[in-house]
Amino acid sequence: MKAFEYSAPKSLKDATALLSSSWGETEILAGGTDLVTSLKQGIAAPKRVVSLRNIRELRGVDNSRQGLRIGAMTTLEEIAQNKQIKEAYPAIVTAISSIGSPQIISVGTIGGDLCQRPRCWYFRNGFGLLGRQGETSLVRTGDNRYHAIFGTDGPALFVSPSSLGPPLIALGATITAVGPDGKKRDIPAGQFFQAPKSESERETALKSNEILTAITIPSAGGRSLANATYEVRHRHGLDWPYVTASVAFQRENGVARKPQLVLGHVAPVPWVSAKAAQALEGGKLDEATAKRCGDLAAEGAKPLSGNAYKIQLVKTAVKRAVLAAAA
Amino acid sequence: MSKQPGSGFSRRGFLKGVGITSVAGGLISPAGLTSAIAAEGDVKGPGETPITLDVNGQKRKLNVEPRVTLLDALRNRLDLTGPKKVCDRGTCGACTVIVDGKPVYSCSMLAVEAEGREVTTIEGIGTPQRMNEVQRAFVKHDAQQCGFCTPGFVTAATAFVRANPKASIEQVRAGLGGNLCRCGTYAGMILAVVDAAKGGSNA
Repeated sequence: MKAFEYSAPKSLKDATALLSSSWGETEILAGGTDLVTSLKQGIAAPKRVVSLRNIRELRGVDNSRQGLRIGAMTTLEEIAQNKQIKEAYPAIVTAISSIGSPQIISVGTIGGDLCQRPRCWYFRNGFGLLGRQGETSLVRTGDNRYHAIFGTDGPALFVSPSSLGPPLIALGATITAVGPDGKKRDIPAGQFFQAPKSESERETALKSNEILTAITIPSAGGRSLANATYEVRHRHGLDWPYVTASVAFQRENGVARKPQLVLGHVAPVPWVSAKAAQALEGGKLDEATAKRCGDLAAEGAKPLSGNAYKIQLVKTAVKRAVLAAAA
Repeated sequence: MSKQPGSGFSRRGFLKGVGITSVAGGLISPAGLTSAIAAEGDVKGPGETPITLDVNGQKRKLNVEPRVTLLDALRNRLDLTGPKKVCDRGTCGACTVIVDGKPVYSCSMLAVEAEGREVTTIEGIGTPQRMNEVQRAFVKHDAQQCGFCTPGFVTAATAFVRANPKASIEQVRAGLGGNLCRCGTYAGMILAVVDAAKGGSNA
């Protein structure tokens, strides 16, 4: 690990002032579960690390006029144990408890979950976000069992590692960031993630000197919002899932309205399946509908040489997520 | 403990610290950053910086570079070698310590980030003469083979049992989900922790 400066300022203003306007020079430290490992692996080699641990306004869950506001430094454990979230958002609680390691959720934060770097083994071993050696895509020519099956026409073939991205997009959340000028910027969760087209681009809409401050889940306006996440995993701890599906819809007279369906670990971004979600609109919430939704969600997949197995997992994860939300 | 290597201020660490401080005072941007630098007093490193850790109920002063992990500070500076360095990337649990009551991978926390928090290592949990309820249950259920993962498991289990008294076997399984045992001694460990969660009455 290369040596770096460290600062843990008390205010957002001081923190953003300490951040560089170009990527790579500075890094933001939240829970550290990803960054500290990335520093050891040389994936990150900043001159300065800016810790957010002393900025009080970044912690906690509150009800605001816009909905439920979760501070970016709130730990995953605090979120999973929050009474209101437990009652209203099982899609989030399942995604957190599936991480399976008390040591990670005790310090890992919601902001860190959204900003963590991909787990792609080519990226982690120094071949960049696109996993290339010269003109050759190591992902396409090598072992790609855990890589993308959607969006594979583009150059980025890793999968978004975020556990909470898919449920937050399904729930219509907004992500707030603050830049060095102190201006707040609201980004719809669905536009927060982006697939980089070159090595100079990143996986989120954030700039290098912006700090993610909060996530707001809009209130359902008194309606009951059914939601669920289903994860297909090899191991139930200390590992990443193969495929996840998060679904949310308003329930009116036994049918689904305004359904949202988002897949995880299948593309460089959480993958929104708008067409599959439409299959739920107004339909009867039974196994046949759930299966049709799963089949539609798998349409358009273009797997790589070694991960076509994920197509069946998409169908299963979606079906089970829909049935769990409907139950 | 007869000696405390690395604790207090070693001459070398002191000289290095002085050197870095004077350099930082003389240059606006020692790291060559393009952004403006906030008040200098707020930025530590990249050389050694004095910190105070609260470990096993004792205040321990030491000098570390910001890049030093809590695990390396505990093992190499404070001679607390109970937390083990195995994967060193937050995926095995052998380095688990308790920070403010929560189980934490000490390999994935910077030592500077542990300032102001209460750290408990396996050394602070119990001794062969005075074992805690989890340690007694591990002995009773023969819950180890090679023993290398055991300090991490006992530490994680201790934090778990305190937060989840009367936990079910499924809850214990999830509670130990952050630790790996390559000998595969899980059955004994799960029984031990269920036993300890009951209050260790049978231990």
